[in-house]
Amino acid sequence: MSTDTLRRPAPASRPVRPRGARRSPGRVVVDVLLILGAAATSLPFFWMIFAALKPRSEATAVPPHLLPQEPTWEFVRTLFVDLDFGRYLANTVVVVAIGFVGLFLMAMAGYGFAKFEFRGKTLMFGAVLATMMIPVQVTMIPTYLILNAVGLTGTLVGIALPTLVSAFGIFLFRQFMSTIPDELLEAARLDGAGHGRTFVSIVLPMSGPILAVQAVLTFIAGWNSFLWPLVLAGEQSKYTLSVGLALLNQQVATNPSLQMAGAAVMVVPIVVVFIFFQRYIVQGFTMSGLK
Amino acid sequence: MPTSSARRTSRASARRAGVAPYLLVGPAVLVLAVFGILPILVAAGVSLTDLNIRGLGDPSTVEFVGLANYSRLVADGAFWNALRVTGILAVVGVPTVVLVSLTIALLLHTSGGRLAQALRAFYFLPAITAIVAVALVWGYLFNSQFGLLNHLLTTVGLDPVPWLSDPTWAKVSVGLVAVWRASGLNTIILLAGLQGIPHEYDEAAQLDGANRWTRTWRIQVPLLKFALFFVTVTTVISWLQFFDEPYVLTEGGPNGATTSISLYIFQQGFRYNQFGFASAGSLVLLVVIAVVTLVQLRGRRLDVD
Repeated sequence: MSTDTLRRPAPASRPVRPRGARRSPGRVVVDVLLILGAAATSLPFFWMIFAALKPRSEATAVPPHLLPQEPTWEFVRTLFVDLDFGRYLANTVVVVAIGFVGLFLMAMAGYGFAKFEFRGKTLMFGAVLATMMIPVQVTMIPTYLILNAVGLTGTLVGIALPTLVSAFGIFLFRQFMSTIPDELLEAARLDGAGHGRTFVSIVLPMSGPILAVQAVLTFIAGWNSFLWPLVLAGEQSKYTLSVGLALLNQQVATNPSLQMAGAAVMVVPIVVVFIFFQRYIVQGFTMSGLK
Repeated sequence: MPTSSARRTSRASARRAGVAPYLLVGPAVLVLAVFGILPILVAAGVSLTDLNIRGLGDPSTVEFVGLANYSRLVADGAFWNALRVTGILAVVGVPTVVLVSLTIALLLHTSGGRLAQALRAFYFLPAITAIVAVALVWGYLFNSQFGLLNHLLTTVGLDPVPWLSDPTWAKVSVGLVAVWRASGLNTIILLAGLQGIPHEYDEAAQLDGANRWTRTWRIQVPLLKFALFFVTVTTVISWLQFFDEPYVLTEGGPNGATTSISLYIFQQGFRYNQFGFASAGSLVLLVVIAVVTLVQLRGRRLDVD
């Protein structure tokens, strides 16, 4: 498995039981429960993927079959040829890319809060955490007014800005970076490295696991974001995949195959990214001291 | 607790740091201030006016109305209904999400090994799925003519269920999808917490003859306290902000049965363009969330003492 190449054993993780070791009856029950739960939880996905490949008549057939009898790529083709999903995909990629600028800003802030004492620190960090409680419904209208005032509505930068930085992200970076030994940073400084150099060449490389978590979360958040593109995109040339998909919901409500094809185009890339990085994610949370 | 020498070091570096920390935290804090905190002040101001779609185009027509929006809110039956719906869903939803996530995390941790590693991804899938895709897929599953769920029910001899068209079932349906979506991330956090517990504890208890059940409930769950607390607080906040599922699945219907307070505010703002009135509602929601969260944080502090 490709996930294995990314594996770096966490110091606190339990050893993997040798293959073929005898399982007690209790363990077997646990495994059976896990398999049943996983099947139930992921059923909607398999239903979606298979329905995306069904002809329209099969998708609305009673009784339904899980597997398509005569699979077709017709509806995936429709999305990209007849509808504008190619452009929506490109826009989504741009929004995700801008999100990675935010990732760097959050890492910087996490370092600042973890390793420096400065006037106003408690107040600023408190304010950062307080923004976690603010419902998006409170900020939606004012944010629109603010972005409108500076001419950023209807741009991809505007769409990415409101979620560029998250308090949760800064919090996780701070948690992780406070475990970096002070002596190491002091040594770098004695060697003549400035704060910028220390951050880029020592702090960032040592923050691999949390960077991986945040990179995946940033990718997912940018890819999936719906509300801001919906409110801010304006014209169709700036639509992201999620807005395009929402249109599909309204326009062609009687064609489940096309809808499932659209949903699959949105979901499958995320699932691939996640499967590659999932090991890192659990590790990153473990190391950030959330226990 | 930091040792005195560590404290001296950090004080020393603080003296030398100068503007560096401000340059580090500045950009991120600025973005959060502009899109997290400034909007609250704007919303507070707007809530005292009659700003609507006309006012957006021509600010000179906007009038100051004092607390009129707030008194209208208190008199609006739909507002109280939305509060009630949010309360009901939160009271059922929060314990469900926490219990489901904890159960999955404990099962995955107990199983260990390659099977658990492989199955883990299946449980996290819902958490990483775009809400619009969730809406389409579940809308299809819930469909009353050719939906899978009713087909499964009739196959085992049960009556079909009006998933989205009956007021009570609609609450169950949006709640079900919300629990399905929310459990993934919480499971990751709890699983990470479990993996952070040194397994010497478990081995010591095992040597003392404690069975697996006792070890789970007396050793692992108590040691998971901080992660559980974190998960509970964030879950409460997310249910108080409950919005996505009813917005995409039921649009708050039937007849307001799934209109949460967030959805009510959104509809007042963006469907009826009453920005002043909607801003008043959003500030009330903010106060409710802040109070509930502070009570929990306070409770935790007393608990620790």
